[in-house]
Amino acid sequence: MRKPYLPLVVLLLFVVIIGGSWLRIFNEYWQLVFLFMGINIILTVSLNLINGYMGEFSCGHAGFMAVGAYVTSILTVWLFAEDKVFGPPVLPAAWAIPLFPVALIIGAVAASLAGLLIAIPSFRTRGDYLAIITLAVNYIVKSAIENMEFIGGPRGFVGMKRVMNNMADVFNAPWLLIWTFIGMIITILIVHRFVSSTLGKGVEAIREDEIAAELMSVNTRRIKVIAFMLSCGLAGLAGGLFAHWPGGYINPGTFTILKSTEVMVMVYLGGMGSISGSIISAIGFTLLLEVLRPLGVFKWVVIPLLLVVMMLFRPTGILGNKELSDVFPRLRAIFGSEEESYALASD
Amino acid sequence: MTLGIFLQHLLNAMQWGSFYALIALGYTMVYGVLLLINFAHGDIFMVGAYIGFFIATFLLGLGAGTALALPSWVILALTILGSMILTAGVGVTIERVAYRPLRERGANRLYLVITALMIGLFLEYLNLSTLGAADRGFPELIPTQVYTVGGVSFTNIKLIVIGLSVVVMIGLEMFLRRTKIGIAMRAISYDKVAVPLMGVPVNTIIAATFVIGSSLAALAGIMYGSAYHVLSFDMGILIGWKAFIAAVVGGIGEIRGAMVGGFLLGFIEIFVVALGQVPGFEWLSSTYRDLVSFTILLVILTIRPTGIFGVARRQKI
Repeated sequence: MRKPYLPLVVLLLFVVIIGGSWLRIFNEYWQLVFLFMGINIILTVSLNLINGYMGEFSCGHAGFMAVGAYVTSILTVWLFAEDKVFGPPVLPAAWAIPLFPVALIIGAVAASLAGLLIAIPSFRTRGDYLAIITLAVNYIVKSAIENMEFIGGPRGFVGMKRVMNNMADVFNAPWLLIWTFIGMIITILIVHRFVSSTLGKGVEAIREDEIAAELMSVNTRRIKVIAFMLSCGLAGLAGGLFAHWPGGYINPGTFTILKSTEVMVMVYLGGMGSISGSIISAIGFTLLLEVLRPLGVFKWVVIPLLLVVMMLFRPTGILGNKELSDVFPRLRAIFGSEEESYALASD
Repeated sequence: MTLGIFLQHLLNAMQWGSFYALIALGYTMVYGVLLLINFAHGDIFMVGAYIGFFIATFLLGLGAGTALALPSWVILALTILGSMILTAGVGVTIERVAYRPLRERGANRLYLVITALMIGLFLEYLNLSTLGAADRGFPELIPTQVYTVGGVSFTNIKLIVIGLSVVVMIGLEMFLRRTKIGIAMRAISYDKVAVPLMGVPVNTIIAATFVIGSSLAALAGIMYGSAYHVLSFDMGILIGWKAFIAAVVGGIGEIRGAMVGGFLLGFIEIFVVALGQVPGFEWLSSTYRDLVSFTILLVILTIRPTGIFGVARRQKI
């Protein structure tokens, strides 16, 4: 039997963050920081599936984020808000609250279908050539959005603020933060369950040696399609959440290679193939960006230098290929299943 | 499209492709020796252009210094040489400080790639925060002359850019085939285990690779400055990523691949824009440039997964 402490801790966090935001204990600035933390965790954990566990080098994660962001926000604006292009809201605002996650899921599905664009070439291509394909897909997505005039083209897409305001008018709660938290937990759960499953072992087998894995009757094509679609779909979820941030707009310039680079940095900073590492580095990196904000432009001189120096001292990232529970075995005794703590006690 | 206009676009494409090809050479050489995608290379191009800018303005006396009254060809030669040497120094320093320690610790090569990305960001924003966001105008080192032959007009700079880059590429190919260092470079990219055991000094060869790659990027930077006269801190980002794509499409690790890939990308980009002016293709506005060119490259990579010149390495199990 699994001890209930870990779900309890998560629940406590949920209550503290959401409740604190609801009661205005955390001001808008902190709510924004929490929002970006959650989105960065989703992005980092999902990219870690490809770049860490599968050992491929995908540098176009922002492209899939863009697909999710645009599909979700077009849906919500079309359905729940007055808009110049899409006309009056199709559904009453009260429906926005239950249907918002549905829009998020549709955005994620669209992004995972876009993920097929790199999953299919990955059957034949590996390594740096696949890296280029992901890079090209990122450019293609961005360029395609720029050429779609009906969603604003290069100027960007607006109207999500009205959706959020409508939702808040029906029932005042930090809806975006709630869904970001839930999305984050679901992402971590899905990726954790996936990499611990038989399929997940196949993913690691592909990383170690693709040909040997295939000889051992691992269905590499199936696993690659699932892994890419899962990772890209979660990126789309992050994009859908990001599109509804209080700024109220998204434009193609947000989803460039720079955004992808940021996510990659968080993955490698946390360590390839480590979910807890990804979570720690996503939180840490978001905080670092905020702490160094007073430096202005000079921030981007300091951060790369810090990261280069960190790489020199820890060439495998914060946690390397381990999880937090491998580094601190006592965590497993507290949070793990009872069998695990018995096994630990008998050591 | 008449023949004259076609030739006009062809010349533009060759100039544009020259920049891609010269930068792609730096990517592909480092990749061949180290299997490292040196993502800082686009920014080395930017550093080279800025160093050239400062040397040229100093020599021309445009800045605080006084004019030395040198003939213009001396200034041009000094600018190119000085920029190439200093930029090579920057490239080797980056290799020595950031990449080599990681390599010697046996870090996964993807961590090296991330380090390279960080170095690139560092160079960009160091430039932005010290020199400011304003664009710099590159001084005119060679007086521009416009020739018109049979309806095709071109400048002397365009001819020099194309000619110089072709000469450099032929020279590089000769260097790799004839000299000892060149042969050692090719040997290391062929076998990374046995060749060092044969007494080839790996670190020296790697340093030489960075010297050549960085100085070619500096040359490209000065030519870019002379052709377009605008320098900005982020000039290296997009051109660098695209040159990397060109290198991979040509077959990364192959010198010929970098040249062909660079010129190919230049041709595609220029002709997508040019085609938009032809009757019947008006829908193809210039904003489709990236979309079309990357889709074509994606198709090429799908048909030939290792690039145009790349050879699929056989894997032992």
